[in-house]
Amino acid sequence: MLGFLKEPVVVTAKINVSLVALTVMGLMSRLWGLCYPRAVVFDEVYYGQFVSLYMKRIFFVDDSGPPFGHMLLALGGYLGGFDGNFLWNRIGAEYSINVPVWSLRLLPALAGALCVPLAYQILAELHFSHCAALGAALLILLENSLITQSRFMLLESILIFFILLAVLSYLKFYNLQKHSSFSGSWWFWLLLTGVACSCAVGVKYMGLFTYMLLLATAGLHFWHMIGDQNFSNVSLLCHFLARALALIIIPMGLYLSFFYVHLALLYRSGPHDQIMTSAFQASLEGGLARITQGQPLEVAYGSQITLRNVLGKPMQCWLHSHTNTYPIRYENGRGSSHQQQVTCYPFKDVNNWWIVKDPGMQQLVVSNPPRPVRHGHIVQLVHGITTRYLNTHDVAAPLSPHSQEVSCYIDYNISMPAQNLWRVEIVNRESDTDVWKTILSEVRFVHVNTSAVLKLSGASLPEWGYRQLEVVGEKLSKGYHQSMLWNVEEHRYGKSQEQKEREVELHSPTQMDISKNLSFMAKFTELQWKILTLKNEDTEHKYSSSALDWITMDTNIAYWLHPTSGAQIHLLGNVATWASANAAALLYLCLSLWYLLRRRRRIYDIPEDAWQLWMAAGGICGGGWAVNYLPFFLMEKTLFLYHYLPAVTFQILLIPVVLQHLSDHLCRSVLLKSMFSALVVAWFSWVYFVYCTFSPLTYGQPALAPAELRALRWKDTWNILIRKQ
Amino acid sequence: MAPPSPPAPLPPAGRARSRRRVPWRRRRSSPSRPALRARRLRAPHGRDCIPRRAPRPAALRPSMRRARRGAARGGYPRMPPRQREPRRGPGAPPRPAPPAATRPAALALVTLLSFASRFHRLREPPHVCWDETHFGKMGSYYINRTFFFDVHPPLGKMLIGLAGYLSGYDGTFPFQKPGDRYEQHNYVGMRGFCAFLGSCLVPFAYLTVLELSKSLPAALLTAFILIFDTGCITLSQYILLDPILMFFLMGAVLSMVKCNSCADRPFSASWWFWLSLTGVSLAGAMGVKFVGLFVVLLVGLNTIYDLWDLLGNLSLSLVMFGKHLLARVLCLIFLPLALYTAMFAVHFAVLNRSGPGDGFFSSAFQSQLIGNNLHNVSVPEHLAYGSVVTMKNLRMAGGYLHSHWHLYPEGVGARQQQVTAYLHKDLNNLWIIKKHESDTDLSDPSSPVEFVRHGDIIRLEHKETSRNLHSHQHEAPLTRKHFQVTGYGINGTGDSNDFWRIEVVGRRTGQLIKVLRSQVRLTHVATGCVLGSSGKTLPKWGWEQVEVTCTPYLKETPNSLWNFEDHINPKLPNISLDVLKPSFAEILLESHMVMIRGNSGLKPKDNEVTSKPWHWPINYQGLRFSGVNETDYRVYLLGNPVIWWLNLVTIGLYLLITVATAVALKRGVQLTSELKELSRVVLHAGGQITLGWLLHYLPFFMMGRVLYFHHYFPAMLFSSMLTGITWDALLKFCAGFLSPSTTARKVYGGGFLALVLLILYSFYLFHPLSYGMVGPMASHPSSPMAGLRWMDSWEF
Repeated sequence: MLGFLKEPVVVTAKINVSLVALTVMGLMSRLWGLCYPRAVVFDEVYYGQFVSLYMKRIFFVDDSGPPFGHMLLALGGYLGGFDGNFLWNRIGAEYSINVPVWSLRLLPALAGALCVPLAYQILAELHFSHCAALGAALLILLENSLITQSRFMLLESILIFFILLAVLSYLKFYNLQKHSSFSGSWWFWLLLTGVACSCAVGVKYMGLFTYMLLLATAGLHFWHMIGDQNFSNVSLLCHFLARALALIIIPMGLYLSFFYVHLALLYRSGPHDQIMTSAFQASLEGGLARITQGQPLEVAYGSQITLRNVLGKPMQCWLHSHTNTYPIRYENGRGSSHQQQVTCYPFKDVNNWWIVKDPGMQQLVVSNPPRPVRHGHIVQLVHGITTRYLNTHDVAAPLSPHSQEVSCYIDYNISMPAQNLWRVEIVNRESDTDVWKTILSEVRFVHVNTSAVLKLSGASLPEWGYRQLEVVGEKLSKGYHQSMLWNVEEHRYGKSQEQKEREVELHSPTQMDISKNLSFMAKFTELQWKILTLKNEDTEHKYSSSALDWITMDTNIAYWLHPTSGAQIHLLGNVATWASANAAALLYLCLSLWYLLRRRRRIYDIPEDAWQLWMAAGGICGGGWAVNYLPFFLMEKTLFLYHYLPAVTFQILLIPVVLQHLSDHLCRSVLLKSMFSALVVAWFSWVYFVYCTFSPLTYGQPALAPAELRALRWKDTWNILIRKQ
Repeated sequence: MAPPSPPAPLPPAGRARSRRRVPWRRRRSSPSRPALRARRLRAPHGRDCIPRRAPRPAALRPSMRRARRGAARGGYPRMPPRQREPRRGPGAPPRPAPPAATRPAALALVTLLSFASRFHRLREPPHVCWDETHFGKMGSYYINRTFFFDVHPPLGKMLIGLAGYLSGYDGTFPFQKPGDRYEQHNYVGMRGFCAFLGSCLVPFAYLTVLELSKSLPAALLTAFILIFDTGCITLSQYILLDPILMFFLMGAVLSMVKCNSCADRPFSASWWFWLSLTGVSLAGAMGVKFVGLFVVLLVGLNTIYDLWDLLGNLSLSLVMFGKHLLARVLCLIFLPLALYTAMFAVHFAVLNRSGPGDGFFSSAFQSQLIGNNLHNVSVPEHLAYGSVVTMKNLRMAGGYLHSHWHLYPEGVGARQQQVTAYLHKDLNNLWIIKKHESDTDLSDPSSPVEFVRHGDIIRLEHKETSRNLHSHQHEAPLTRKHFQVTGYGINGTGDSNDFWRIEVVGRRTGQLIKVLRSQVRLTHVATGCVLGSSGKTLPKWGWEQVEVTCTPYLKETPNSLWNFEDHINPKLPNISLDVLKPSFAEILLESHMVMIRGNSGLKPKDNEVTSKPWHWPINYQGLRFSGVNETDYRVYLLGNPVIWWLNLVTIGLYLLITVATAVALKRGVQLTSELKELSRVVLHAGGQITLGWLLHYLPFFMMGRVLYFHHYFPAMLFSSMLTGITWDALLKFCAGFLSPSTTARKVYGGGFLALVLLILYSFYLFHPLSYGMVGPMASHPSSPMAGLRWMDSWEF
């Protein structure tokens, strides 16, 4: 029973000391003086507001990416006990005492520090020598731009960490594949690949590029397995299913779960509410939910309603009318009907109320029991305050002359009869007899006489229309567009027959309680769609750059400047590393092309296994660079130097690959080899020298004198801030 | 170009010696399978027959019997001799191959039908339809030789103009808007030309598929699909660029495929012919629309693949390989480039009169056009202090720097004199260049001439109001992040905020500044911002002129670049602007820049319903060519839904088949020679076509510009060819399972017939879409289209 005591308890641990040393050095380089400067640095001003909103549990939409990265930053704030009370309004603002700067910046810094050992491991897993791996890790360690980006509350270092983790775990998995399929560690690394991929995508959509690269690599490897006759069909199927599960299903599930947590955390209404549909807004605490709580669900004849345009662009607005009429003649000489204006108004107003009326009956109240309006029914819409009917006719609209004018009908007793019948078409109906529902139904109003559709044109009217938005009848209804859809937002059953009473009723707030809850999937789809389609105005930025500038690092970004001294922080790469990385990529490309052409002619310059190694390393490192860089040429958004950092990380990994290949296969004699090693050492000290030279700009201290700063301006295009004396 | 007459029948006498695989169709006389094999092995040119290590006729049944490499079980199938005699091995053709005369006959039939369907009711409707208003008008411009601007390269419109000219159209019809009646003007020539090219698509597709799949039914199916597709008919019947584009595109594909088939006889006359024809077609496709780039890509990829193959062929010496490479570079790069340049040369030679397109081009270019106010003008060449100048912004349709006696209104920056950009010529556009520090009267004729140099600091004085161009750190009226630009000072005396550094793009210090040709940047000395025009229109107080700002973002955009257009300085000698005549290369480059800018300027507005690429393959929504109301003659561009949905299903089917075949081959499944041939057709020929489809479809997802339904039609051609190939292979494969060959033949023939009948019937239903609908809309029961509005999004 106590047999185990007979044997000595031995724990043997193999510790790769260089790996540990690298980790420690990485931590030191990223964590040193993390709280300095105690001021808002560059995009912290942007991410910080989201952290604050997380702390306050207020809903927001950020079109720059999915929420996982923001959540991680917020986690730092949560652990540091941040209460969210800070006004993130300008770069350089001093942090107040309640902001836990250290813990807010800790996670990105940790992620940045761990990239160093990850680089080592990746090269080791690619079967490169210890020296090459060490070189890769040191290059990452001494890369000024990566250090700068890691030390603040920014997302790139987290993204790079997950990208490298995904690559590493796939390589581990692939290397295990040959000996121990379906073992524990095999599963572990496979699953970790998927998890890291989805985390990378969850931080920024840029992670998608690396995810695709890994999927393609996995697909290629599996294709080779198909050709391998040693696998039976069943085992191939198992392999396929395992990969599909780990690399597709689990990442998708995780991605969904990010949104689930995001939506679960943020339950209060906030500044971005109006981007979302009424239904979504009603699901948030406060805001619209407070108003719409307990409204009757089914719109009936006699209902008093406000109609919100579903599109919400250029801004959310409600169908509106007021006593002013269209001018008899517009400025360009065209005439109008001179009837009462109908517009779309971006604010809540008593003039936004409309009453649904049955054309066959006179009464404007809901009968008992209420008669619900169904899809296909024909209704009149009566403006609550002025009791005029919504009308359209063959008169050109004020700003969109190809569409019909929409007005509230005034009978001038001339040959223009009222045309005020509208057919209600519920677009998201389940059956053709669906009832028109508050908030949920998206409705199209089709004019019975002219089959024009009520539409928000998006143009805003001139002075006479108080700059409200134009509403038109679109005659050529070209398919489905959200600007033609309206949904009922506020709703109550009208009770007062007399106009005076009704006015009082319209002014009173709605009451009654029915809460509506959207399912998670509906919320997710809407939020995801909004994130993808929300377009910020194309903003010019002083430090924006084009993708071509990045390779040569012709651009920099000033992150922070000390209010009095010359101390400043810049996003600037290590010039030596960037230049060598470019050279390495070019050399890799030329050599590969040379080998490839020669191999095609059956001339084998290097042994087969070296060739395989060369291709695999190039596929991962060069491919990683290409997929993370080239797509930016197709993008139309504002680009910054930091977008290039994931690509440059991969490009840096290519340097030791090429160097080792040169020393192994092209330096044939011993003398040449030792000369080459000496060169490498010299080159490396150059890299270190450049790192040291620029570290004042990386860490923001010590402060430099203007002359020193001027000496650092190695390129004319760099914008280093020099105070005037 | 390509004759409509049917080309020579496919298997010419010389072809017998070819190394090409003999299509299985020709084995019609083989009495039975073993006999066939024996015969073929004896044949002297037996490269194409079953490989010797093939698992012998055990695989008579084309069922995909899985067998490990080398593990195939031998043994002839036990077949009663009586049965053997009439039987044609199940894998053998289930249908007798057509006699040699069938192919030309089929081609003639296809061509005839194609021409008949395209030329039927060509005159109708006798008014301008849809984009005829653009391309007809541009054809007229060529006839009238007036300069215009369009976002597409000129070849298509030149051909339209040529067709109109030859058919007696005099270029006088204004083509103002869709619906205008042609009256006595001769428009049929232009329509007929487009219809002619559109009709050629069908035989081209037929020949391409025949060449790729070696199967007459596949080619016929493709041809029927294209003949009876209402969309293709409609698009070919009007004065549009698309039939011309598709003609060249299909021409390129056909000649590429033909050239590939000649690969066994490189450098023969026919090889050279098809290779250079490919190059010519590429130039044509690129010259009609930039979309032609996709077919250039297709041919390029095919060529690279081809060369890679040749490189791997060790029996070919490197010198030979070099010859191959050179031939392709010559025919596929230099020849098209030369032709492409030539068509621009013709374009600029023909259009030598001033017209509506002048404003899009630079001042130097405009000076070349007869009737333009810059034509035959002489001005001093180099800018000097004291010169009176106008400055034109370099953004497209950018205005002249302008100022007038009006102040910015209250609340818009400082209340100083407005500075705007104005599109028309006006006295208020004149500015005097002065030295920044001295205010000597430079108009004194005795003072020496001093030239303005790159890097000088100058002051610009407005001639009419004597105020200086001025900027300061107030926000601009519309672009809030920029600085306001004003006119400041009295009689030329201002402050240091009136100083601007003048710099020429790409020059060194001290160089002179040329009128018209120097691109100039004006940097504000005090704030470091750059003078630019934002392109936004000012409200009423600014007379709806264009906003001018000083931008602190130092970007090289045409918005912040200017050139000097008018230049008055009595002390300098005038030179004729002809000296400044841009070289042809410059004109070519400039016109491309303008076209690309114009193309990317076609952005959809917010709240505008636009066609999305995913709409297209499902035939979601068409385009109204003519007519809206019930009384109008209505033509609606919409693909025949049966055909389009068949195409759509086929793409999915093809992917399935390809994956299955590729995996089976990779797993080393042994196939019979028939199945091998079939899989070759599916993978190789189908792959080529699918690549074409992808190249002509996917890029649209990434385009920011406004897209239309008709952009899909080039891709649709590829999709139809794929349908022909896939269904033929599928039917053959299915028929191969059935044992008596008669049944197999019946199934194969029946399936083919069913498809053709389906296409014919659907065409019968939907033909009014192309040939015109009059009367009530489809929702009305008495309409000819009643009940055919299968999707709500169709508008007929």
